[in-house]
Amino acid sequence: MKTSNPRAWFLVLPVICLVAFNALIPLMTVVNYSVQETFGNNVFFWHGIGWFQDVLGSERFHAALGRQFLFTGIILAIEVPLGVAIALAMPRSGPWVPVCLILMAMPLLIPWNVVGAMWNIFTLPDIGLMGYTLNSVLGIDYNMTQSPLAAWITIVAMDVWHWTSLVVLLAYAGLVSIPDAYYQAAKIDGASKFAVFRHIQLPKMKKVLTIAILLRFMDSFMIYTEPFVLTGGGPGNSTTLLSIDLVKVALGQFDLGPAAAMSLIYFAITLLVSWAFYTAMTKDDQN
Amino acid sequence: MARITLNNIRHSYLANPKSDDDYALQRVHLDWDDGGAYALLGPSGCGKTTLLNIISGLLIPSEGQLLFDDRDVTALEPDERNIAQVFQFPVIYDTMTVRENLSFPLRNRGVDEETIATRVAEIAAMLELDSMLDKKAAGLTPDNKQKISLGRGLVRDDVNVIMFDEPLTVIDPHLKWKLRSKLKELHQKVNRTMIYVTHDQTEALTFADQVVVMNFGQVLQVGTPVELFERPTHTFVGHFIGSPGMNVLPASVVAGSVQIAGHTVDTASDIANLKQGTVEVGVRPEFVRFTDSGIPGAVETVMDVGRHTVVKVKLDGLDHSVNVIVDEGDDLPEGNVHLQFEPAQTRLYEDGWIVAETQG
Amino acid sequence: MKLRSLAPILYIVFLMLPIYWLVSMSFKTTNEILAGFSLFPQEFTLENYAAIFTDPTWYWGYINSTIYVTINTIISVSVALPAAYAFSRYRFMGDKHLFFWLLTNRMAPPAVFALPFFQLYSAVGLFDTHIAVALAHCLFNIPLAVWILEGFMSGVPKELDETAYVDGYSFRRFFFRIFMPNIKAGIGVAAFFCFMFSWVELLLAKTLTAVDAKPIAATMTKTASSAGYELGLLAAAGCLTIIPGAIVIYFVRNHIAKGFALGRV
Repeated sequence: MKTSNPRAWFLVLPVICLVAFNALIPLMTVVNYSVQETFGNNVFFWHGIGWFQDVLGSERFHAALGRQFLFTGIILAIEVPLGVAIALAMPRSGPWVPVCLILMAMPLLIPWNVVGAMWNIFTLPDIGLMGYTLNSVLGIDYNMTQSPLAAWITIVAMDVWHWTSLVVLLAYAGLVSIPDAYYQAAKIDGASKFAVFRHIQLPKMKKVLTIAILLRFMDSFMIYTEPFVLTGGGPGNSTTLLSIDLVKVALGQFDLGPAAAMSLIYFAITLLVSWAFYTAMTKDDQN
Repeated sequence: MARITLNNIRHSYLANPKSDDDYALQRVHLDWDDGGAYALLGPSGCGKTTLLNIISGLLIPSEGQLLFDDRDVTALEPDERNIAQVFQFPVIYDTMTVRENLSFPLRNRGVDEETIATRVAEIAAMLELDSMLDKKAAGLTPDNKQKISLGRGLVRDDVNVIMFDEPLTVIDPHLKWKLRSKLKELHQKVNRTMIYVTHDQTEALTFADQVVVMNFGQVLQVGTPVELFERPTHTFVGHFIGSPGMNVLPASVVAGSVQIAGHTVDTASDIANLKQGTVEVGVRPEFVRFTDSGIPGAVETVMDVGRHTVVKVKLDGLDHSVNVIVDEGDDLPEGNVHLQFEPAQTRLYEDGWIVAETQG
Repeated sequence: MKLRSLAPILYIVFLMLPIYWLVSMSFKTTNEILAGFSLFPQEFTLENYAAIFTDPTWYWGYINSTIYVTINTIISVSVALPAAYAFSRYRFMGDKHLFFWLLTNRMAPPAVFALPFFQLYSAVGLFDTHIAVALAHCLFNIPLAVWILEGFMSGVPKELDETAYVDGYSFRRFFFRIFMPNIKAGIGVAAFFCFMFSWVELLLAKTLTAVDAKPIAATMTKTASSAGYELGLLAAAGCLTIIPGAIVIYFVRNHIAKGFALGRV
């Protein structure tokens, strides 16, 4: 039972200060920029919703947004089933389990730029392990810097390599928490392996899977470093995802107004879709 | 339905057991009739769950044979043995309705839908679940969920034995007796062999026709509740059953008579059957009387438990107390008293085991 | 049974391939790398690692990263502890909304904050300092730490607190001597995740630093885009960044499952 205690505000004050400093002030700045225009010399004019209209109407923004949704859609479709499948295939106990978990967790702890650099080295056409194998051993014409398709396949493969383990670890944690009695009862009831999956394992994993999917959606939607280091957004702008485009506009071109408007729209989309995902997945719990 | 035979079954969880201590289940050799209600009673760690899992097939015993109606099922999988089990906590399929839960075992065995519908309706009525058949199973209270677990076992007609592994553990106390009576009622109706594992003597004694008392991985006694009460063959059984349990006092044999703290005590056992072990005298509080002469002691505590009072008497010269039951309305003693044990209900135990009675 | 374990094994092989390639590259000379493809280093060399350990620009990168990650972890967990306690034990005005607001910060795209942070931290004179990156990472690490700790704290019964107060403990003494030991695992998990997210983050770390507090990640990207494409050096630098992660996983290996099981990542 929680007791009512206004003194609690003192306990949360440090957190509020730090997070507000980092969140509210920058956001206020962004909002500020998004409705103003400048021609330099720190002189600003009111621009209203002009920037927002520009961004929302711009081809470039639509293209980046489209690429982003495509990317997120593809990796969710691969990582979630794959992660669950691997978690299901892992033994529920035994000496190998910690070893497997540690090895699987390793990609999660590598700095994101190193992930990009690693895959860069890995996929170089003539001297990278994967590049060489594809080009010289299997005879497939593979060059990430020239072919948009190759670039896309590579960034998807890289993300799957990098983040599937998160889904595996979460799903596995959910699975091992299922008491043995359920499996025993299913055996006695004569249930098939698929029935066990559908009626016991999947429902019991629902909570962790919701979190996994939500996290993967959010993080892939905001992704910046790995694809940037790997392809730079190219060839051309075929792999320029939303974050990469935004940083180009903001820090590259220093177009404060459009960057700010784009930032707010970006943030809003992320929040909206996250909230929609979350509500859809947890509506059963409300009953 | 089947007659269950446990043939010299022993089980160790270790790969290479060396001594008796390595065995979770010592030698069990029992015969159970068709259609009976049995209880496996004992404290935690006594081996009852191990035995239950051997019977249901979730565990294969290190040694020995298990027979259902003379058919060797020792190595068979649970779904090949035609058994049903109800676990400590309700095991139901969350995604299904009550009806679907009950139909599940039949569907898996390929029974036709019409038969399924009839059976499910029948069992649901028996368990008083018929009003909730189309509700989602996940939203029900624990006692109803346990009923569903039970229902899945009853719905199949090829079940040899239904096993209960401490099924009332998560049930609220005021619903426990209701569910217990239901189980008894069901047993009488469906007439299937039921084996009920518990550490609660009330549950065991009210449900079962025959109780198997276990401890230390051994079967200590098999008998009806009355037999267990009146003639416990092991001091542990005497202790465990009854509230308060049997009084167990150290004794010695001097010149052909049994003595406690220097006072002679008459027992039903034949002293001639004694060997060289530790001797103890066991007598239930119900059979101890306050007299003018007998074993001296002093009243320690007096506890009113409702219908009778339990008086604890510390014996003179001995570091033991005796519980005495005094009926409501009788005078309560105080201070120094003398105790006498009813000879016919006083027994000798050697190394824990009962010493055979005098014949005639 | 054997067939089923094939899936995790294949997956782990897949995970180890690029890592193996990075490691093997780090032991090759640049000449050998550019000359053609070789599965193992033909001329095993330690020159890449030697270069890193002797060049201040390089090894300071690691030191800088370690510094701000440690500062961030300490700050994040320290302020999160009292806040999580408040959320776990007390009701107060706006508590649900506050908690939700904290979580939304985890959903903030770092790209949105890159420019504003640059301006903000320059304005307060903290540009190119360790503390700047440490503070900036608080934006998403504090909500994470609060979330994780609150989960663990809810598992400790309130009776413990009440008993301590009845026994005469002041709030401070109770918190440090009784409560914290009980949630040791939670603190470990929270610290682990803060360390992890701060160590791997590049964009904000790069934006807020120039020379003095430059993290290893920035040093590496500079090398990658510069004219002299020294792949061996890059590979060695990359390998060294994996080591802290591996060490940290090793220490929390028993708690990994528990932390994830709480589902609060």
